[in-house]
Amino acid sequence: MLKSKHLIGIENFPTNDLIKIIDTSFYFKKILISEERKTDLLKGKTLVNMFFENSTRTKISFTLAQKRLGADSINFTSSTSSVSKGESLKDTILNIASMQIDGAVIRHSHPGAALRLSEYIDGSVINAGDGSHEHPTQAILDMVSLKEKFGRIEGLKVGIVGDILNSRVARSNIFALKKLGAEVIVCGPSTLLPSEAKKLNINFSYDLDEVLNWCDAIIALRIQMERMHFGRLSSKREYYSKFGLSFERINRIKKDIVIMHPGPMNRGVEIDSKVADSENAIILDQVLNGEASRMSILYLLLGDNH
Amino acid sequence: MEKHLECQFYIYYWEIIIEMIESKNSKRVLLKNGLIIDPFNNKEFFSDILIRNGKIDSIKKSIKPEKDYEIIDCEGLVITHGFCDIHVHFREPGREDKENLESGSYAAIAGGFTQVCTMPNTNPVIDSPESIYFIISKSKNLPIDIFPIGAISKNQEGEKLTEMLLMKDNGAIAFSDDGNPIQNSQFMRLALTYAKMIDSPIINHAEDIALRNEGVMNAGSNSNNLGLKGNPNSAEAIMVYRDLLLASQLKSKIHIPHVSTKESVNLIKNFKKGNAHISAEVTPHHIYFDDSSINSSNYNTNLKVAPPIRSKKDCKALIEGLKNETIDCIATDHAPHTIEEKETTFNDAAFGMIGLESCFAAVNKILVKQNKMPLLSLIQKLSTNPRKIMGIESDLFKQGSNAQITIFDPDIKWIFSQDSVYSKSINSPFLNEELVGKVKFVFSKNRIFFL
Repeated sequence: MLKSKHLIGIENFPTNDLIKIIDTSFYFKKILISEERKTDLLKGKTLVNMFFENSTRTKISFTLAQKRLGADSINFTSSTSSVSKGESLKDTILNIASMQIDGAVIRHSHPGAALRLSEYIDGSVINAGDGSHEHPTQAILDMVSLKEKFGRIEGLKVGIVGDILNSRVARSNIFALKKLGAEVIVCGPSTLLPSEAKKLNINFSYDLDEVLNWCDAIIALRIQMERMHFGRLSSKREYYSKFGLSFERINRIKKDIVIMHPGPMNRGVEIDSKVADSENAIILDQVLNGEASRMSILYLLLGDNH
Repeated sequence: MEKHLECQFYIYYWEIIIEMIESKNSKRVLLKNGLIIDPFNNKEFFSDILIRNGKIDSIKKSIKPEKDYEIIDCEGLVITHGFCDIHVHFREPGREDKENLESGSYAAIAGGFTQVCTMPNTNPVIDSPESIYFIISKSKNLPIDIFPIGAISKNQEGEKLTEMLLMKDNGAIAFSDDGNPIQNSQFMRLALTYAKMIDSPIINHAEDIALRNEGVMNAGSNSNNLGLKGNPNSAEAIMVYRDLLLASQLKSKIHIPHVSTKESVNLIKNFKKGNAHISAEVTPHHIYFDDSSINSSNYNTNLKVAPPIRSKKDCKALIEGLKNETIDCIATDHAPHTIEEKETTFNDAAFGMIGLESCFAAVNKILVKQNKMPLLSLIQKLSTNPRKIMGIESDLFKQGSNAQITIFDPDIKWIFSQDSVYSKSINSPFLNEELVGKVKFVFSKNRIFFL
């Protein structure tokens, strides 16, 4: 049904597969909000969730999605594994691969880690975030959320504000939005906007007000102040005053726009509490859609749906 | 304080006789018979100028005076834009014993300057929106416009970016860690990137501290003879190259201050081709003096400055650079120091000299009289060009503009003396030098100054 065996990144993922996953997500969302909440579509399948980097919602989301599809899965985090005993990534993966698994979900702090995994195991690999490279399932859940809200993605105007340079969410979202025909402006301090990204056929702005007046939806990214030492950013207050989704700023724009955030949020840094909790924010819908999307991804990659 | 100063001016050769107050609608001043040089429009012509309520009313041939006109006869004088110095140290806050915003303003007026940009290396450093606001609000009632330059890094330590965006909102005109050259190239790159958001120039004191090698004067046979540690040309040129390369790759605005070496001039010339974001300044002292001026019979600490006064060859290259427009403007790097900080050995003396009052007469002598630079071209380097670098309005003879006018005698020879100094400090190597050309009248912020 899908051309692809793995979901490593959106950049090289076939557009038709992407559309299929998005459309099927709505089916799983219906199941999720029904009384039943569960299917046995992946009964008998075994998955391993390999988290070499901290994660809360993504790990829970994948685990729940697997359980609701009737698959068997185990979680593995680097602090409890042999990695802390000095085992190489390749050996860790080969050991797990030899345990007869159908698929693996991996998060790792190094770009390209998911690709490496796919070279070593027979089953399907799903990238749950590889360093600053990609976070494809986040992009898919964001596309599902946008489509749910607007009924389409083609022609939508989407702004992404924050640390574009270090964000895997931004990269995957840019690839997904461009594949599906949306227009994208990325906004943030010049030190966090990689000028090389202009080749992706997106626009750049330092003026958040301008972006908000233009867009249908804005995705705010988490700012990690602790990473911002040495010349990337000056202070929290300057960031918030120029690039924060403050209540006053949102009030100033003359139309309703949809507010999104991949979480975890830094309230008061990139987003005002009043904005995060407002009617236009679909941040918690994103979380539920995340589960539906991951069910869709797992089912379409691993299920016997041919 | 104000009263005291005005009194002092009167005793010397100033009289503040006219206050052009907005409410007196009829106040009009007519400048007759002068040669008008309009550096913005590249024009020289004889005409009259009528100023009304501190604004340019009209510029035409033979304006007929009415009975309440104040008439200033400008026969033999040049009427031009008020000068703009984009590099001064007014020492406030922190060292008000050397200079403050007010005394610095009067030193500026004495030199024909109606606008200046102040460097942030005060104590505390001007490195926050609050401190920018302090300078702006303290300058409001001064006779000139003061545009504060903010620091690039917190406390000028080269480690953490300042809040440039909020500082710009509060009136910062540019950013510089002047006095503390930025050594870390990645930090310089990020600062240039950050400042791009607000289109503000970054001004880096270009010097490699390791190469400077604690030098107190130019490295050469003179420093060798004097037994003083030398600062080589390469210490500047290497950093100028780094900054130009980074800025041109990033398409950021860079301004190279107080260029002192031949090598730097060549680099700027090459990088400037087709790049409008690069600009550079030269000080009067780097073209007026050379390192032979410091000798074993004077060890003149007033010539101790950073970067150092260089060789004759460098002087020549700087003058050539000014003539062929490689160097955009002249800035004084007016740096007041107390007598105690200069009345000591050359090694211990502070770096820097005052320069506002002597500027025009010194550069007029060297560039126009000795090196045949057209006067119009010199005026552009003192007015239009520096304003353009900083993004300050530079079409000053437009009807309705606030009158910022400097009127000078281009030919008079005179000896620069302590009487001509309005700074709180007197650390000038121009004292007792015969200079050519003298500022006579200055119009600034609704006031006329007769010098």
